[in-house]
Amino acid sequence: MSTVLEVKNVEKYYGNKSNLTKALNNISFKVEKGEFVGIMGASGSGKTTLLNCISTIDRVTSGNIFINNLDITKLKGNNLNKFRREELGFIFQDFNLLDTLTAYENIALALTIQKVHAKEIDKRVKEVASKLEISDILKKYPYQISGGQKQRVASARAIITNPKLVLADEPTGALDSKSARQLLETFDVLNRSLGSTILMVTHDAFTASYADRIIFIKDGKIFNELTKGNSLRKQFFEKIIEVQTLLGGDLNDVI
Amino acid sequence: MLFKLSIKNMKKSFKDYAIYFLTLVLGVAIFYMFNSLDTQQAMLDVSTSTREIIKLMIGMLNIVSVFVAVTLGLLIAYANNFLINRRKKEFGIYMILGMGKRQISKIILFETILVGIVSLVCGIVIGVFASQFMSVLVAKLFEADMSKFTFVFSREACIKTCIYFAIMYLAVMIFNTITISRYKLINLLTAIKKNEKVKMKNPFISILIFLIAAGILGFCYYKVTIDANKITEISQMLQIILLGILGTFLIFWSLSGFILRLVQSLKGTYLKGTNMFVLRQINNKINTTVISMTVICLMLFMTISILSSSLSLRNTMQKDLLDMTPVDLNLYKTANLPEEYTRYGKKYRATEEAIEDSKITIVETLENNDFDISKLKDIVEIPIYATNDLTWGDFIGDKYEEVKAQFPMLKYDTAETIVKVSDYNKLAKLYGNEQYSLNDDEYIVLCEFDNMLSIRNGVLEKGNILEIAGKEYKPKYDECKEGFIEMSTSHTNTGIILVPDSCNLTEDMKEETFLAANYNATSDEEKEEIEKNFIESDSILIKNLEEKGITLDGMTRISIIESSTGVAAIVVFIAIYLGIIFLIASAAILALKQLTESADNKQRYIILRKIGCDEKMINQALFRQIAIFFMLPLILAIIHSIFGIQFAITLMSVLASKEELLPSAIATVLIIGIVYGLYFLATYFGSKNIIKEE
Repeated sequence: MSTVLEVKNVEKYYGNKSNLTKALNNISFKVEKGEFVGIMGASGSGKTTLLNCISTIDRVTSGNIFINNLDITKLKGNNLNKFRREELGFIFQDFNLLDTLTAYENIALALTIQKVHAKEIDKRVKEVASKLEISDILKKYPYQISGGQKQRVASARAIITNPKLVLADEPTGALDSKSARQLLETFDVLNRSLGSTILMVTHDAFTASYADRIIFIKDGKIFNELTKGNSLRKQFFEKIIEVQTLLGGDLNDVI
Repeated sequence: MLFKLSIKNMKKSFKDYAIYFLTLVLGVAIFYMFNSLDTQQAMLDVSTSTREIIKLMIGMLNIVSVFVAVTLGLLIAYANNFLINRRKKEFGIYMILGMGKRQISKIILFETILVGIVSLVCGIVIGVFASQFMSVLVAKLFEADMSKFTFVFSREACIKTCIYFAIMYLAVMIFNTITISRYKLINLLTAIKKNEKVKMKNPFISILIFLIAAGILGFCYYKVTIDANKITEISQMLQIILLGILGTFLIFWSLSGFILRLVQSLKGTYLKGTNMFVLRQINNKINTTVISMTVICLMLFMTISILSSSLSLRNTMQKDLLDMTPVDLNLYKTANLPEEYTRYGKKYRATEEAIEDSKITIVETLENNDFDISKLKDIVEIPIYATNDLTWGDFIGDKYEEVKAQFPMLKYDTAETIVKVSDYNKLAKLYGNEQYSLNDDEYIVLCEFDNMLSIRNGVLEKGNILEIAGKEYKPKYDECKEGFIEMSTSHTNTGIILVPDSCNLTEDMKEETFLAANYNATSDEEKEEIEKNFIESDSILIKNLEEKGITLDGMTRISIIESSTGVAAIVVFIAIYLGIIFLIASAAILALKQLTESADNKQRYIILRKIGCDEKMINQALFRQIAIFFMLPLILAIIHSIFGIQFAITLMSVLASKEELLPSAIATVLIIGIVYGLYFLATYFGSKNIIKEE
């Protein structure tokens, strides 16, 4: 298996010399191709900063991030935009679908801005839609479909470009539990049948339990790591809860 | 403290203020420019011949200025409302921090005053300089003498501008205070708009409506060009105008749907770059702005038509003038002057010399007062009669009650003008007009003024018998004939009765003697030299006449043409004034609508950015979107005006060739290009600023 993402000694500081905040403090980990990795942590732990750094929206203070062996911290300007457009797929908490466009057009937009040929676009959109079971809502506008369907449309948009890495930021955050479950099933499809590599940030243990591996972050540092391995999802979920409990209470205060 | 906050706010949101400021400055500058028109050098020169023309113009500009002020006031209120809405959240935060509504109102008050003062100063400075430039333009247009150029600053116009705008700002302040007092904190804090529901129209209905609208407009275009001769009544014109408005409305209602459908069928174009997004944006927005697009389009149409047809109107008026000014000079003098007479409502006592003079001919008068008669040629002098036995009331006879009920303002005891037919023919020969012949018991009425013409024709149809100097006469024709004695700027002859030479018109019925002649000169310079004898107050002739108390009235071709040019100038200036104000109004509304929507659209552009569009693509999408939005009403307005101007030309019956129209069309395009372009750029940069991520 090849390594899709390698985060190496990444640090991100905010503020100035007299008042320094270490948002990320020497974080290193790897994600292999076809893996589904979750990143968990309380709010303020630095997980969103990490995601922003990986997605090239934010820059690291020191350290390197390799995606497919390309050091993205060295990319600049148009190359950066091109990289983001072509190698990464995004799924957001609030869907970020354009309300003026139909589901079909929302998915196609990811390809049109890459200047893919029109015929090819049509073929690929239909292909992805049938895999994610949204073929029948392609002609609808976002306001005509449910939250779960919206997020599946957003997922289709994220993977249609065949990105090296799909980044999901609290994808179930705005969904009810049933829709969340459906979406996570969809992620399973993405991950297993389509071979997408997914990096998902969440603070919800249930959502996280769908991942293969979970990295816990606290105060900008990696606190723990859990691997599902062969355990059932329910067992994995309980393990996560344990770690979370540990994380939740301030250890120093207890001891 | 509050004042500091105001200043900081303004510095911070300068780009938001750009459109508002631009509108204010342009408004002030144009307001000043046109209100200072009467004091401008070129204007003084153009209008020297007729004081009344200047008065008329000032009067009309005053009325138009009130209208303009109201338009600008509404525009400012609209623009200001936009700004306040943009800052709802900011006000919400102030209120959370414990600031009262009154204090917030105060902040806005400071800002309004600050913006007001700065824009007034900038506007007036620009206005002062632009009006100098306009003087040059005026001089070019009307061939006025600009050799003695002076820099003019009109204090009156400046004060007037300040007062008008102060009132507008005051109204805006009151309006703001009311708006603020109505706000609720919760609404202020959650003011950021969410993605709304998008209502889409059925594309097939759009296509159908678009075709119908195109058909309606095509029909209107046909009516006003090829079929224009059939339009004889105002009601027909109104019908076409209403149809045109309906057609325009329907076009905008269906256009975006139509275009969307069209481009969607071209998959290669639709699924390319951000085309899909831009088209959807426009489709989405046009749906909500059909009415304002229609209004803007019609305003632009009016602007283009008014500007280009008024600029070419000048040529028309000069054509008409040539018909009405066949000779260089007309002079007339009261005959049989009584000892006391009234002139322009004032009573005068006639001098003995004047009484003597009123018994001789004008040629003799001129010779008696040191005027070299050889300076004139083609001299025709005729007596004009009038008697209290034949008044206007007598002429209408049986119809007196009926006409008086309809036109109570007419003076019914005015004596009719009577001329012997052979005398008239002498004059007509000189003028190149039609000559008439009469039997001993017949008369003819010459009349060219529309209103009087219809009354007189009604009387003549009945074969009205007139008694003149003890004998009865019947009309030769059952309608008035064309012809005139005095030259004027247009057809204003209200009625002259021609009688046979045998008519017993006595010497005491002679009201005035009338002289028509040409200057005995070939070049324009020589003619102007001779002209000076009659118009300059220090000429020997006029001095001599004044000394003796003799009144000699008259008009010259040159002065008529000059005063008529003055009228043309009024038309052109008022047209430009209104045209530019309309233009500013439509551009500003369009710009503000765009900015409001850019604020609402911010979220959409953020999404674009998130899915990997780079800044270049986003800016391009924004640029296209705004450009299309600005161009759509302009394009339709231009198409409208291509036909509208042709109709205006038919109406004015100009024989203007295309070459004559071309310069005015170019000037119009330039003016519109500059103003519209400015607003477009301000909107683009403003929108770019709004959608930029913090």
